[in-house]
Amino acid sequence: MRNHVLRPLYVALGVVALILLARSMIVPPDFKAQRGDFTFGFHRASNVDEWKAVPIKYRGKESCAECHEENVEEHASSPHSTIECENCHGPAINHPDNPEALEIDKSRAQCLRCHADLPYPSSHRSEIAGIDPADHNASSQCIECHQPHNPDLENM
Amino acid sequence: MSCSRRKFLKNTLAGAVASSLPLSAFKLLSPAEVKAAIGDAKVRWAFLVDTYKCVGCGMCVKACKSENDIPYNIPVTRTWVERYVVKKNGETLIDSPDGGREGYTTPTIHGEKIDPDDIVKGFFVPKLCNQCETPACVQVCPVGATYQTQDGVVLVDRSWCIGCGYCIMACPFGARFFHPIHKVAEKCTFCYHRISNGMTTACVQGCAFGARQIGNLKDPEDPVTKIVMTERVSILKDEYGTKPQVFYIGLDANVR
Repeated sequence: MRNHVLRPLYVALGVVALILLARSMIVPPDFKAQRGDFTFGFHRASNVDEWKAVPIKYRGKESCAECHEENVEEHASSPHSTIECENCHGPAINHPDNPEALEIDKSRAQCLRCHADLPYPSSHRSEIAGIDPADHNASSQCIECHQPHNPDLENM
Repeated sequence: MSCSRRKFLKNTLAGAVASSLPLSAFKLLSPAEVKAAIGDAKVRWAFLVDTYKCVGCGMCVKACKSENDIPYNIPVTRTWVERYVVKKNGETLIDSPDGGREGYTTPTIHGEKIDPDDIVKGFFVPKLCNQCETPACVQVCPVGATYQTQDGVVLVDRSWCIGCGYCIMACPFGARFFHPIHKVAEKCTFCYHRISNGMTTACVQGCAFGARQIGNLKDPEDPVTKIVMTERVSILKDEYGTKPQVFYIGLDANVR
């Protein structure tokens, strides 16, 4: 066959080869079909481990008890025992190394999350002791009178 | 070149059969590969929400945003709490200001003060990604950036996502959004970094009322599995056929 007919063919083959070469260099080897079904599940398999490696911020009560055993024990007999320490004291991630990192939420808004009265039948909310935030000492912080770790209304 | 009719037909048939076989038909798979291909894992994560127990404090939303680095003051969130109030005349009021991140502290909904005697039902519904068994969001992704893990959690590969937003539109539950910092699609991961390391999710840990639970559906002794199997639970938007894996106790017909 004549040369000027074959030349574009060589160019086209070259372009295809170039694209395949670029693909093999850019696309990671673990990016492929990961499932045998009709959805194929194309994705980068190593991303699963990347998600597993995200640092954990909220460490839980057990982690707090490693140093503050007394406080955790005392809290266990309180009506607020189901509330995690970190809900008010903030995530513990950097706390053991840098105690200043904890930002304690002592605000009125934090207490009102549960204790603002909402009259909702069929919801547990209506069973919680609630106040009208506009009526009940609106300008004071709750912790001025109430002890958040053991909120006993008898011994205030 | 001579070619009898018999030979021609024979060759044509053989050629057709050979060309219809993909190369993969000749590949030998190890039992482990087959097992991986059909998704035979020992874990299938599922979630259980008890709407009777939820009090709408929004601590789950706050914990989630903090744990997963979702900017607190931008109105996007991986999980959120909706409030439903049904009045005597049948009217239903629904709201979720900023996903309920500050909790519900006022009985006013959309500027309307509601008389407590006029309320027949009032309750809170926490929502999050349903980690569907057949996820619509994964099917529409044009680049393979979102996928389902062996244990059933749908994840987004942040380095692979091009931010086209197809998945955000495909999700029938509105569980996906655009991450304001990473500029990619974002969604609840069931706190994959926590559950794969023996912990519970940040929202489950932060809930003081036990309204949220996470469990493994493939473990018959798991408390969540026991409830899903033996009690009356429901799911959201069954009609979309995505097989949601977040189960609800006490869901109302008004919940959408």
